[in-house]
Amino acid sequence: MSTGAPPPPLPPHPPLPPKPQAKGLNCPKCGAAITLRSFGQAITVVCGSCHSILDAKDPNLAILQQFEAITSVAKPLIPLGTRGKLRGTDYEVTGFQRRSTKVDGVTYYWQEYVLFNPYKGIRYLSEYNGHWNDISICKTLPTGDFSGATYLGESYKHFQSTSANTDFVLGEFPWQVRIGEQAAVTDYVHPPRVLSSEKLNKEVTWSIGEYMYGREIWDSFKLPGDPPAPMGVYENQPSPVSLNVTGMWVAFAAFTLFLLVLMAVIDMRAKKEPILEETYQYNRADAKSEPSFVSDEFALGGGTSNVQVKTSAPVDNHWIYLNYALINQDTGQAWDFGREVSYYHGYDSDGSWSEGKRTDSVVIPSVPAGHYYLRIEPEVDPTLPATPYSVSVIRDVPVFGIYGIAFLALLVPVVIISFRAYTFERSRWSESDHPPMELSSSSGDDE
Amino acid sequence: MSQPVANCPNCGAKIVFRWSSSVQTVCDYCKSILVRTDVDLKKVGQVADLPPDSSPIQINTEGKYGNKSFVVVGRILYEYDQGGWNEWHVMMNDGTSAWLSDAQNEYAVSLSSRAPNLPAAAQVQVGQQFTWNNQRYTVSVITPAHYRGVEGELPFQYWDKTDVTFVDLRTESRKFATLDYSDPEPALYLGEFVEFDNLKLKNLRSFEGW
Repeated sequence: MSTGAPPPPLPPHPPLPPKPQAKGLNCPKCGAAITLRSFGQAITVVCGSCHSILDAKDPNLAILQQFEAITSVAKPLIPLGTRGKLRGTDYEVTGFQRRSTKVDGVTYYWQEYVLFNPYKGIRYLSEYNGHWNDISICKTLPTGDFSGATYLGESYKHFQSTSANTDFVLGEFPWQVRIGEQAAVTDYVHPPRVLSSEKLNKEVTWSIGEYMYGREIWDSFKLPGDPPAPMGVYENQPSPVSLNVTGMWVAFAAFTLFLLVLMAVIDMRAKKEPILEETYQYNRADAKSEPSFVSDEFALGGGTSNVQVKTSAPVDNHWIYLNYALINQDTGQAWDFGREVSYYHGYDSDGSWSEGKRTDSVVIPSVPAGHYYLRIEPEVDPTLPATPYSVSVIRDVPVFGIYGIAFLALLVPVVIISFRAYTFERSRWSESDHPPMELSSSSGDDE
Repeated sequence: MSQPVANCPNCGAKIVFRWSSSVQTVCDYCKSILVRTDVDLKKVGQVADLPPDSSPIQINTEGKYGNKSFVVVGRILYEYDQGGWNEWHVMMNDGTSAWLSDAQNEYAVSLSSRAPNLPAAAQVQVGQQFTWNNQRYTVSVITPAHYRGVEGELPFQYWDKTDVTFVDLRTESRKFATLDYSDPEPALYLGEFVEFDNLKLKNLRSFEGW
């Protein structure tokens, strides 16, 4: 535009700068077509054909780093140029890098994807063994040391400090990417989030990641097939135990207390009315002619209620078995049941032992009011010629069995959930710089 | 609000000032850099073609910051080794001016601030701490930048620049500070990082395919 041009025919509007669009260029090394997808955001771009790293800011794409031989080629699970909706915003995959770290002689690899939106900018996805993270650069400065870090008022535990090597790159990067570059990376976790600091050439970059499942990524980017199944537990993977374990135990304790109060109330309200208390004598000689006999008649008052029958006998390495029938004199209705009282004890190589006891109790539910008697037919250990035994009948006793079952029914899942939470956290931390004590190979670790 | 009207001394095009306190503007047509004097506009320079740039913001983009609305009236474009960034000069609806910066889609709003004893560029080191307005700031990066051009209205004369040093200071919150060493006397800007969505921007540029 010449500065001294005569003014008259001015266009009605000043010219607008051109609409930014993806730029098609050619690799100066091999001539392959290169598309710059992230408009002005790319600092470096990698030729997909010869893998030269090029200066994206240079209109001629000056070569920054090139390779005689590509030692390894990694294939991105999400192809470059794929668009997907992540947290409500459309993003396009514009870059891909594989990074590695060596721990105790073993090399571990993970993949990072650069995502671009022209309004929202850059964010990243990382993938390790089927575990994904949605990562963005921190806008506020976290504070961190060896044990932990604080970011936006939340505490993060130190997980691992390692070095990350850039192995393989593809596409565009908003920084000066180079193969072979090593960054010092420190991860702090607060599942499902991970806070990472990455130090490269004195410059520290903090990023915040949130765990994502492969399925979510596959749905976001509409990828065919299934995502790779996650292996093991990842550092910031949310625990499958979504419940707060401590809170669960508090709730369980509260429930137990409620049960105890309920049982106390039930116990207070039960009448525990003694009806019959008799001691009989068994003599083998008499029993031959008269195997069974009946008790005195007794009345059960009030309404329908349960009835407890207690049996006791001073047996000592013997047994006694009583065939009972509780018979309603008015209606002839009968409840038949048998009870054993046996008590054995002695000494063996493990010391003293005992089995059984000298008393027995049974509760017969829902017995209507009326006049009753017990028919009793004793059977006694053949080695015992004679023994006394007592029978007592008590009306309306408290029954707690159901509450014990309720207690167990709740205790079992609480224990199982706690165990699952514990084993999950254990596998998580076994991969960290702070493995659980029992897994630590050196006992001198004073963490 | 007054919108003084003048004509470009170079090409004669109509020059409208959207912000009454603007000191400098650029003719939309001939790209002459014009400075207001007591009587008229004086051409002081010429903007070379600005490099293609990918900021979604443009002159006349409107948005909200807190409970104020603003309109973009000008900008300064810088380049550094990680690319370019724009300092968009915005006019708030209460007549004050502020800066909306867009560096690789990281957005921040800052205001020109005053503080005594600002350090000289050579004295500043990464990690050093300063306290302004009861807020502690830590120097995070010192950026040598290059002035690339201006557009629209600015609150001061800004055109004959080349290399400029910026010192970025961060905090544990979203607040940040910038020390601008464009002039012999350092300038302090205090502001905070903002979310794109919270700016409720309208009249943005469009991108091919998006």
